[in-house]
Amino acid sequence: MFFLRANYSHPVFRQAAREMLPAATGIAAWGLMTGVAMVKSGMSVVEALAMTFLVYAGSSQLAAIPLIVAGAPFWVILATGFCVNLRFVVFSLHLRPYLMHLPRWRRLVNGFLTADMSYAMFTRRYPQPGRTVAERQEQEAFLAGNYFVTWASWMATSVVGILLGNLIPSSWGLGFAGVLCLVGILCSLANTPLRRLAAVVAGAAAVAAYALPLKLNIVAAIAVAVAVSFWLEKKAPPAWRQVA
Amino acid sequence: MSAARTDLWTLLVIGGLAGVTVLTRCFFFILDRPWTLPAWADRALQYAPVAALAGVVVPEVVMQAGHLVPNWQDARLFAAPVGALLYFWRRSVLLTITGGMAVYLPLHLALGW
Repeated sequence: MFFLRANYSHPVFRQAAREMLPAATGIAAWGLMTGVAMVKSGMSVVEALAMTFLVYAGSSQLAAIPLIVAGAPFWVILATGFCVNLRFVVFSLHLRPYLMHLPRWRRLVNGFLTADMSYAMFTRRYPQPGRTVAERQEQEAFLAGNYFVTWASWMATSVVGILLGNLIPSSWGLGFAGVLCLVGILCSLANTPLRRLAAVVAGAAAVAAYALPLKLNIVAAIAVAVAVSFWLEKKAPPAWRQVA
Repeated sequence: MSAARTDLWTLLVIGGLAGVTVLTRCFFFILDRPWTLPAWADRALQYAPVAALAGVVVPEVVMQAGHLVPNWQDARLFAAPVGALLYFWRRSVLLTITGGMAVYLPLHLALGW
């Protein structure tokens, strides 16, 4: 955690923070937009601030907003957020050997604060988990320095977006920037032919099943697309599973 | 414009989503005992995130008030594909947002689409 002295006073903390700075501008722009999108879609300032500080996961926040506005049931919103966040489950398996020596609460705080960029930068710099006490301390300090920059730039700009969002008339439709942001993330995840097919199937199913109550069309879309991709995985040529 | 009101249900949902963040980001190091994913979950992991996002995004682009948009004069129908093409051109989410909004805002504000 960046608030522990052992971490922020370690020389590698500053180094990690400096390395993350170039990426911080992109994170800042995205945070600003997510803040605006939250209040523009009808959330109150308190709700938007709570979401920014507690959820801290841009894509799952943006996916949850239309469901919250539509009054979808609790479990549907959580299940959708969980599916959008599934990539982190793989990251957590990779990070496990780096963190298991820590007490549980420190593992959880480190995990909560490690988003995509931090995970990528940390595992690139340290391909092997630390073995000695000094190595482990250095790794935690590096991770903390790098997610401190991500976290601070995301939080600061999201708060600005939430406060400015209410000054902009709703008729401008700036909330649509949130949808475009999801389009970008969707494209970045659709990096194999089978994943692109899953996206097309899910999109079509979500529209076809739109009349279902409680926003269950999204759950139906996930189920149909995953089932079709599973089925095709064994039949399709291996190239369909490769990242292109 | 009146400011939106805060309600308890939304705050509960936000609390639940915070739990989802911790659960997914810490999945394999919450417990001390090591364990692995069952094979079906491992395969679902490949397709579920992209399916969930498409399931949310596509209706947001092509539907209005519970129906498919009645005609092609809708700014969203142009902005979203342009954003996607820009992503595949430069691999930048930021460019998707700025380029998509550059298409969306003139059509929406000037033409009322």
